Amino acid sequence: MDVKGLNYSCSTCHVTKTHKISGRYYSRPAPNKHQFALPADDGERLACESCHGPVPHKKNEILNHHTDKVACQSCHVPRYARGGVFTKVGWDWSSAGKFTADGKAIVKKDKSGNLIYHSKKGDMRWAENVVPEYFWYNGGMSYLREGDKIQSSTRPLELNALKGDYADKDARIFPFKVMRGNQPFDPVELTLLAPYLFGKKGTGAYWVDYDWVKACDIGMREAGLPFSGKVDFIETAMYWPITHMVAPKEKSVKCEECHRRSDGRLENLKGFYLPGRDRWQFLDNLGWVLLGLTILALLLHAGLRFVSSSRREDGGKS
Amino acid sequence: MKVKIHLYTRFERFWHWFQAFLIIFLMVTGFEVHGSLRLFGYDDACNLHNLAGWTLLILTAFAIFWHLTTGQWRNYQPTFCNLKKIGNYYLCGMMRGESHPFHKTPERKLNPLQALSYLFLKVVMLPLQLISGLLYYYYNDWVSWGLATRLDGVALLHTAMAFVLLLFLVVHIYLTTTGGSLVSYTLAMITGWEEIEENV
Repeated sequence: MDVKGLNYSCSTCHVTKTHKISGRYYSRPAPNKHQFALPADDGERLACESCHGPVPHKKNEILNHHTDKVACQSCHVPRYARGGVFTKVGWDWSSAGKFTADGKAIVKKDKSGNLIYHSKKGDMRWAENVVPEYFWYNGGMSYLREGDKIQSSTRPLELNALKGDYADKDARIFPFKVMRGNQPFDPVELTLLAPYLFGKKGTGAYWVDYDWVKACDIGMREAGLPFSGKVDFIETAMYWPITHMVAPKEKSVKCEECHRRSDGRLENLKGFYLPGRDRWQFLDNLGWVLLGLTILALLLHAGLRFVSSSRREDGGKS
Repeated sequence: MKVKIHLYTRFERFWHWFQAFLIIFLMVTGFEVHGSLRLFGYDDACNLHNLAGWTLLILTAFAIFWHLTTGQWRNYQPTFCNLKKIGNYYLCGMMRGESHPFHKTPERKLNPLQALSYLFLKVVMLPLQLISGLLYYYYNDWVSWGLATRLDGVALLHTAMAFVLLLFLVVHIYLTTTGGSLVSYTLAMITGWEEIEENV
């Protein structure tokens, strides 16, 4: 799709129609019944299937057997943040507000030039050429919105929990970038906090006055949401579906990167039988032990045959 | 007195060796797909396993036709007569230098123990492996067939039968060394001719 190939621009796929941009799939489920996802069938959604169809592998039928449970992107986007461009993967707000001994802002960069600490923002982590994380996903997410009570005890707290699992026939294994954060929340009201960040000195804006309570008080009042006056920090995770940066097919994810006993890409995705990864340990143990015992018994039999036949020969001679 | 008799026809020998190759190849590629060994790489192992599976299916169709049309299926008619005698020979008689209690003829090639084991192989073990293999391959169509969509059970059965077949193969190969010489049974399956004690 690049300049050397099909030379596609963004809008070749992301066609706009009455201000609606094709391809915004965050709020819509996966292509229904895994059929073609043409605009006529599926509104303004855009998917790989829009052009390629649901069973696009011509030479290998086994690959087509995967398309009901594995999204195209899972194999065809082997890594994201490629080509020397880093992506931010972690942001810890709780460490913001530190200064040098003489009161100056601290700004730290790593050797690639990525900002890893700033007094205004806290610690940040970056990565390039990253292997995605894989989850079941039917195209739906449940968002934790401003003011929503935190009910889930899952930590890190999921800001956009993914919908779908193995049993969900519309769900497929999909690749994600997971953005991990540590951000302000109200431990009494159990909501995430919206701090007031940007403003002039003395207004209470965090980036000039560095007071979380004051900044959150102003921010939550602006948002019309309750605030107990207490600020704590909570670890969060946000899922970003990976769908761009499709690699040439020679570089797509190889079978054994998932179909392997350990360290596979799908190592942590449980609840279903994955050939090459899963087995019933008891059966394997039993099988190999029985094989060993059989060979042992046959060796014993062979030994007895050998001994008795040489005895007979000796007996014949003497 | 020893005489040479023609025991195995050309098709039978071809079928035997081709089947032997396919089954061993299916075991190697199958155990690679299972994750027990690495040889071809998962990709090739999987494709080769499927190819060998289909080939074995076709070969089996020919073999069934051959068995029915030539009447060779009668060799597998089970009998429990003299089973103990055969067992005793392998456990004790062989050590004492006794001759095999069963006398092969072109009409009845298999001793009672062989007939039973091969019958079990052909009507239980191989069909089970074939059916579970086909189910495994057509996993995606289970929903339209109205089957529950879990691979565990089928994979478990397929693996269990693979172990049973592996044990069978090991014992089978060992028993080929129990003829007049270590290789005489193997040579008979290659040439078709076997030297036997004349039945007096």
